[in-house]
Amino acid sequence: MSTAETLADSASETLPDALREEIRLLGQHEAHPRAACIEALQRVQREFRWVSDAHLREVAGLLGMSAADLDGVATYFNLIFRRPVGRRVLLLCDSVSCWLMGRERLEAHLSARLGIRPGQTTPDGDVTLLPTVCLGHCDHAPALMLGDALHGDVDTQKLDAILEAAG
Amino acid sequence: MTERPLTGRIRPGAPPPDREAYERAGGYQAMRRALLHMTPEEVVGDVTKSGLRGRGGAGFGTGQKWSFVPKPKPGQRRYLVANADEMEPGTFKDRLLLEGDPHQLVEAVVVSAYALQATDAYIFVRGEYKLAIARLTQAIGEATAAGYLGTDILGAGYALSLHLHASAGRYICGEETALLTALEGRRALPRSKPPFPQVSGLWGAPSVVNNVETLCNVPHIVNNGPEWFKGLGIGPDGGTKLYGMSGRVRRPGAWELPIGTPLREILEEHAGGMQEGYRLRALLPGGASTAFLGADQLDIPMDYGSVEKAGSRLGTGTAIVLDDRACPVGMIRNLEHFFAQESCGWCTPCRDGLPWVERMLQALEEGDGEDEDLAQLQRHVGLLGMGKTFCAHAPGAMAPLGSGLQKFREEFAQHVHQHRCPWPAGGLH
Ligand SMILES: Cc1cc2nc3c(=O)[nH]c(=O)nc-3n(C[C@H](O)[C@H](O)[C@H](O)COP(=O)(O)O)c2cc1C
Ligand code: SF4
Ligand code: FES
Repeated sequence: MSTAETLADSASETLPDALREEIRLLGQHEAHPRAACIEALQRVQREFRWVSDAHLREVAGLLGMSAADLDGVATYFNLIFRRPVGRRVLLLCDSVSCWLMGRERLEAHLSARLGIRPGQTTPDGDVTLLPTVCLGHCDHAPALMLGDALHGDVDTQKLDAILEAAG
Repeated sequence: MTERPLTGRIRPGAPPPDREAYERAGGYQAMRRALLHMTPEEVVGDVTKSGLRGRGGAGFGTGQKWSFVPKPKPGQRRYLVANADEMEPGTFKDRLLLEGDPHQLVEAVVVSAYALQATDAYIFVRGEYKLAIARLTQAIGEATAAGYLGTDILGAGYALSLHLHASAGRYICGEETALLTALEGRRALPRSKPPFPQVSGLWGAPSVVNNVETLCNVPHIVNNGPEWFKGLGIGPDGGTKLYGMSGRVRRPGAWELPIGTPLREILEEHAGGMQEGYRLRALLPGGASTAFLGADQLDIPMDYGSVEKAGSRLGTGTAIVLDDRACPVGMIRNLEHFFAQESCGWCTPCRDGLPWVERMLQALEEGDGEDEDLAQLQRHVGLLGMGKTFCAHAPGAMAPLGSGLQKFREEFAQHVHQHRCPWPAGGLH
């Protein structure tokens, strides 16, 4: 199986009933249901890590939007993933303060260690490496996020420790 | 001792004050005062008299901005949005307020929303700020339980619902009209002005968007009065400012100081000067979309007017320091990569021009640049300048480029004539 197939696993299933209900309620709480669409996509992503075509269509239906309309919104945002991602997403800041503090070295180290380039996922589906804009942690540059956890003052040694601790 | 109204309750490393601790430290007094003893007009009046100017980058007078909101009509919704998108590279000041004292922002929103007679308020926070989102959620819950949000707040007959919106990573959402479009669940393209959001904003209703730091000043103005606020600043502007510094300085960080504090004091006293072995070449005084100031311009007071007179902008007040061991062209390439990537794509000069600029800078870095490229880059500074594009994104992108082409003329020329980047390993140091 290719990486893409490993990752795409569960994404063709329909959304669980509880999640469908949750998304319907999110829409109802708004004067205009579509206002809930980002939050709805984030919930899908929390469960499935990314938003498949099938799931996108379901969410659109629940919020009274066309799939094309919702896809227009989804693809606009850097952190709504319309392609499969690994179990862990590593967001490595590529903005200016981190660049000044040597983030290029971290990227080279990560690519060598994981055997992937930015934008790719390790063949075992463990880590997706993505460059990201300033994380607002510039006083501790270079910075990165692994999942929901923010890390600052990262050097190659600390980077190895972070990857291993969370492994 | 200098007063630090905005950060006085923040203890680095410690959890933020909960509602009770916040109240013990004087919190929610401004809310009581405003809702029980002042008319909305009086609150707007105090903010206007204080001279408070927007801390989100443009520096617009807050009282003046609020004065454009039409009189309330019965049954009409009105919105206040706290802009906590903070995605401008090099900027990390609002995060301090969000994480360090979330109740201060909640109170600021209640008082400001009351002044504007808003029915609904939003805090629009970038999704990557996980800790801020958790702490704000907690604070909003505590405030709701205490009756400070919801219907008939303090029995004053004022009702407000506050929503927390976590975004999904897109710099342009910080632009106020794009932000409103994002809240409506659409592709967050900026809107044309006029109509201004104060008249026709979220769902066509009157709406005000203010930066987090701007709003956090409001309870303190209500508590202590506009004259007190004016007295906090050193120069013509009132209040304090969260200044910050990142790059090769000894102690990168953010500090609340009197607005108008000289750049030199921020660099040398607060940031501890440059790191051993690094010299200051230039800096961007207020984030990625401000123009470079040189090492000979450190005596500038960091107030709106003085920084503008020096050819830049106060912007967000968080400076990015370029040292002598990093390549200036490489730094500008990095900045333009950001702006090209984050262009919303709506208007041609920005959508097509920024990637072109980035590619020319890349070519210079790789030794493939020509003299003509420098002229082309200069031409783009004009073509993407203020008034040429639909929103301020592209002009912001041109600020470091235009000033960089002047300040680093020699370094740019070296890239062309030596057919390589003269800095060993560019930014890889
Ligand atoms: C491209 C772009 C990005 C912006 N990002 C932010 C932001 O992240 N936070 C912010 O407060 N203002 C941002 N602004 C400024 C807002 O449009 C708006 O002026 C500001 O939120 C108003 O608040 P203030 O008057 O309190 O400063 C941005 C502007 C532009 C053009
Ligand atoms: S200037 Fe850039 S970001 Fe602004 S509307 Fe035009 S394309 Fe979009
Ligand atoms: S530039 Fe990397 S965290 Fe701000």
